[in-house]
Amino acid sequence: MPNSEYNDVEGGMGIVARRILAYIVLILLTVLCLFWFYVLFINSTRSNAELNRGFTLLPSTYFAQNLDNVIHGTLPIFKGMLNSFIVAASAAILSTYFSAMTAYAIHVYDFKAKKAIFTFILAVMMIPTQVTALGFVSLVNKMKLTNTFIPLIIPAIAAPAIFYYMKQYMESALPHAIVEAARIDGSPEYKTFNTISLPIMKPAMAVQLIFSFVANWNNYFTPALVLNKDNVKTLPILIAQLRAADFLKFDMGQVYVAIALSIAPVIVVYLCLSRFIVGGVAVGSVKG
Amino acid sequence: MAKAKKSQVVKYNKWGYIFLIPFVLVYLIFQLIPLFTTIYNSFFENYRQGIVQVGPNFVGFQNFVTIFTNGDIPTYFSNTMIMWILGFVPQILISLLLGAWFSDTRLRLKCASFFKTVIYMPNLIMASAFAMLFFTLFSDIGPVNSLMIQMGLISQPYKFLSHTISARGLVAFMNCLMWFGNTTILLMAGMLGIDSALFEAAQVDGATSTQVFFKITLPLLRPILLYVLITSLIGGLQMFDVPQILTNGDGSPMRTSMTLIMYLNKHLYSKNFGLAGALSVFLFIITGILSLIVFKFTTQEEK
Repeated sequence: MPNSEYNDVEGGMGIVARRILAYIVLILLTVLCLFWFYVLFINSTRSNAELNRGFTLLPSTYFAQNLDNVIHGTLPIFKGMLNSFIVAASAAILSTYFSAMTAYAIHVYDFKAKKAIFTFILAVMMIPTQVTALGFVSLVNKMKLTNTFIPLIIPAIAAPAIFYYMKQYMESALPHAIVEAARIDGSPEYKTFNTISLPIMKPAMAVQLIFSFVANWNNYFTPALVLNKDNVKTLPILIAQLRAADFLKFDMGQVYVAIALSIAPVIVVYLCLSRFIVGGVAVGSVKG
Repeated sequence: MAKAKKSQVVKYNKWGYIFLIPFVLVYLIFQLIPLFTTIYNSFFENYRQGIVQVGPNFVGFQNFVTIFTNGDIPTYFSNTMIMWILGFVPQILISLLLGAWFSDTRLRLKCASFFKTVIYMPNLIMASAFAMLFFTLFSDIGPVNSLMIQMGLISQPYKFLSHTISARGLVAFMNCLMWFGNTTILLMAGMLGIDSALFEAAQVDGATSTQVFFKITLPLLRPILLYVLITSLIGGLQMFDVPQILTNGDGSPMRTSMTLIMYLNKHLYSKNFGLAGALSVFLFIITGILSLIVFKFTTQEEK
């Protein structure tokens, strides 16, 4: 190789130098990721007057006061948190359970329409729900389900992407022999699914429960079209309302606390289960 | 005997259909019927002007002609694409770099799982709350402006949302920040899937890590890069929460940060179902084509 020497001298940056460079870039990116949350935390502990005076990197002592103001303020943040929790938890449970069931149907059984249905689900997997929002909203209106959580919870049963994840997982974790053994023991099919197959699927179910919960907790587009009464609004709608309100009249301390309250639950869950979550990201996409 | 066994299997297999009932039923009611109503609506003139309800009258393809010729779709489509590209290019570059570092066995980075945890975190944050946070931080009287004034960089607050570059830049920056961790993890998984013998052979031949990256890693990563590109493009076309909250739905300045879905949302609220329908059909066709590419991709390995 004519240019191998050249490589050793210049192209082959020493391993130590590369390691140092990698750490510098990683630390910079870490700061870039965490800085915003740090500022959010600092600012939610400062009073409106302090916030108007300028920016500091040190926390103040007004967090309890700000929190108290939010509780007694006009924006129903805590009711919103409860609503968001109800919607997100129910939708997550339904989509995880029924996606596993759908994947089970395709994985275990052999029937005529199987290939067609599987192909169909994969084909529509990436099509966003926004493109059918118009029809969805008019359907919800016709069914008189506006301002209820039903149109946000029930559609979660049909979740092609979660189905695909479950199907992938079943291929590696649920051998047909287990199902056949259960049959020989006389276990009815639905019981085999619930008591034998689901426990094997636990890791995949847990990952999808978290992802689905987070996605529904954060969802803004559909809930905003379906919910317009104050007592049913979810957090993202309230955040949008906060943005639409006359900004300068607001106590900024309260604004920061409201933002912090809407992202804190997800961050707490994430920090507890991060290894699990980060490991689960790549599995559902494509086989490397 | 053979016949009895076969009927036994058939008896079991009807459970395949039974287990599919919830999915099929819900998909039919909440996705398929709305899709047909949406397409149906796109052929009707149907809007409200003040208190006067116009339509629904059948107008054929008039709605499609309208949204293309009045400049709405071209403008909002290019807005969406510009903001997507501005966010995607740095995102993919950072992700490739980090993916290569994380999967490099010679580098042996410590705390890799800590860094992965941190860079993935923004992906899980409520986009609307994150946008609201950025709005307060970058507002005229917000911390970023007061910090820059304190440091003497500027004398007047810089109005981030009154300039096209900074408004689009903020949206792109937030998208990049929220998605580079996710992309890094996907690319890393792809890189770890490459046969390590190839790297060892290259090392024996005296290739530098730069050469290994461009001559081995990148070409073998092409399918996954394509997957990341297309799925990110589909995600980009759905861009809504961040610009909607950041600009309070008006896509300021002068609608230069208005995305397609924001425009759809506007029509849904003003109950202009004809134009909303036409726009939805347009989006359906584009995302449908892109989905087919992803579909080809996910199924090719199963054959």
